[in-house]
Amino acid sequence: MNTQKPIAIEARNLTKSYAEKSVLGGIDIAVPEGTIFSLLGPNGAGKTTTVNILTTLIPASGGDAFIHGNHVVGDADAVRKSIGVTGQFAAVDGLLTGRENLHLMGRLHHLGKAETKRRTEDLLERFDLMDAAKRAPATYSGGMKRRLDIAMCLMGDPKVIFLDEPTTGLDPAGRRVVWSIIRELVKGGTTIFLTTQYLEEADELADKIAVLDGGRIVAEGTPEELKRLVPGGHVKLRLHRGDQVAKTVQVLAATVSDTDPLGVQVASDGSIESLRRILDTIDREGIEVDELTVHTPDLDDVFLTLTGHTTNLEAAAAAA
Amino acid sequence: MSTLAYTVSDTSTMLRRQFKHMLRYPSLTFMLVGMPVVFLLLFVYVFGGTIGDGLGGPTGGREAYLTYLTPGMLLMAIVAAVQGTAISVAMDMTEGIIDRFRTMSIARVSVLTGHVIASVIQSFLCIAVTLGVAVAIGFRPETDAVGWIGLAAVLLLISFGLTWLTVGLGMAAKTVEEASNTPMPLMLLPFFGSAFVPTDSMPTVVQYFAEYQPFTPFIEVVRALLFGNPVDGVDLGLTVAWSLAFALLGYVISKKKFNKR
Ligand SMILES: Nc1ncnc2c1ncn2[C@@H]1O[C@H](COP(=O)(O)OP(=O)(O)OP(=O)(O)O)[C@@H](O)[C@H]1O
Ligand SMILES: [Mg+2]
Repeated sequence: MNTQKPIAIEARNLTKSYAEKSVLGGIDIAVPEGTIFSLLGPNGAGKTTTVNILTTLIPASGGDAFIHGNHVVGDADAVRKSIGVTGQFAAVDGLLTGRENLHLMGRLHHLGKAETKRRTEDLLERFDLMDAAKRAPATYSGGMKRRLDIAMCLMGDPKVIFLDEPTTGLDPAGRRVVWSIIRELVKGGTTIFLTTQYLEEADELADKIAVLDGGRIVAEGTPEELKRLVPGGHVKLRLHRGDQVAKTVQVLAATVSDTDPLGVQVASDGSIESLRRILDTIDREGIEVDELTVHTPDLDDVFLTLTGHTTNLEAAAAAA
Repeated sequence: MSTLAYTVSDTSTMLRRQFKHMLRYPSLTFMLVGMPVVFLLLFVYVFGGTIGDGLGGPTGGREAYLTYLTPGMLLMAIVAAVQGTAISVAMDMTEGIIDRFRTMSIARVSVLTGHVIASVIQSFLCIAVTLGVAVAIGFRPETDAVGWIGLAAVLLLISFGLTWLTVGLGMAAKTVEEASNTPMPLMLLPFFGSAFVPTDSMPTVVQYFAEYQPFTPFIEVVRALLFGNPVDGVDLGLTVAWSLAFALLGYVISKKKFNKR
């Protein structure tokens, strides 16, 4: 990843406790401009708390945080000028119509009448809300409300966007729509801070993932780096000839597949060196291979290994 | 734009938002306007005959009581309107959009001033309807242009003070129910003042309380202005002082509550 880019979001040893209870135990974050950072964690991990501190909603108990170099407490107003926030729970005015909600944002950003109107119509169009523009959000579906919510946070053309679980409760189609919105934003140079409980989502979108558990970051890296942290990766070979299985098992220290008499598995972290070693051996020994697949552990394995417990994966899988 | 210009612009944006809420949810406004009118009619037509005789004026009866009661009812109209303020502020604070406002670079006070101005306007709506009904059933104010302007100014000041106070109560309330209860004592204060009967007819303890509570000077100033009588300087001073004190108290509470989440 390009580390030359300026840092858009930075947290240094951020802590938060309520009464005696520690909710964030000192987290460090650095998100370069124009990238997607995902904070991944189960219920109660501290995702919303982190977002609330970074978006100036609540003060931290300790540590510092900066958005584009502005301190979230000391220069709160400068921070507020550069961010857009879509919180975990819909932040729309339930009594105004969709269009009026966007107009309200435009006026609060002091955009002027014409510009407010132009952006409103543009966002309604882009977010497929034209038909619902005259109705109050109380009559919207969850997905429509989310889209309006994100549209509202875009009215001010923010450089940094915080999205707290933007796809929770959406159906797969709705989730895809939000994903494509996020990808489009990043193409335009926006920095995105995304929290999610869904490993698939972080894997799909993020340039960098931090796994948050119990108020601590237990792992951090690109999706690929995280996957490599975890043992359990292997290469699967499907041999052409049954009489070569025993030899292959011997030279590659492989195991025979339970389900396929022609299949063998070789432990591998999925790296190039490991693959090269396997291929070299196959060549040298003249083993005929029909099919080769590399299995890196997915983020589910990562999460389980790192935190010792699973996430709401069943729910995610059921919804997907 | 300067900070002041932003504050004015944001306040007018928030005020528009409040107006839209009032239009979409008119039942609350109707209820608030209805209350002082019901009180007026109830006291004039049910109790008015007897109380009016007891006042011992030249005419006595219902007409005399209407004349006595109306100034206090204008205060009741303000009190009724500000009951709604606490409720709508508390309700608004449960809306997700308030958190969005907190993350935006806006004049924060505008969220509150929007409520205050909308509520003062609502108070004047209540006052106008109440006065209109009073006139329709025979009330005759006797004042000149200066008196009317003075009356409007005093009512504006009082409703400004009471509105900020109830915005504070609405902000301090943990639930909407709590917000609908805490301003209730305000409803009772006119009863323990000179709104319904002269205070010298009350037992000494109550009389003592009536003399020192804010609504008695409020009502007496309004009464004097409505009938073109000279306004008592002490009453006027107390009215200004109480109103400003309420406004300041409410402002400090609300600002603190709004910034602390
Ligand atoms: N105001 C508060 N007072 C006390 N504890 C709190 C408060 N706010 C949050 N917490 C606690 O902090 C912890 C982290 O909460 P947070 O909302 O940040 O989690 P989260 O990762 O966003 O979870 P979810 O996926 O459910 O949204 C929780 O244990 C929660 O109970
Ligand atoms: Mg959360």
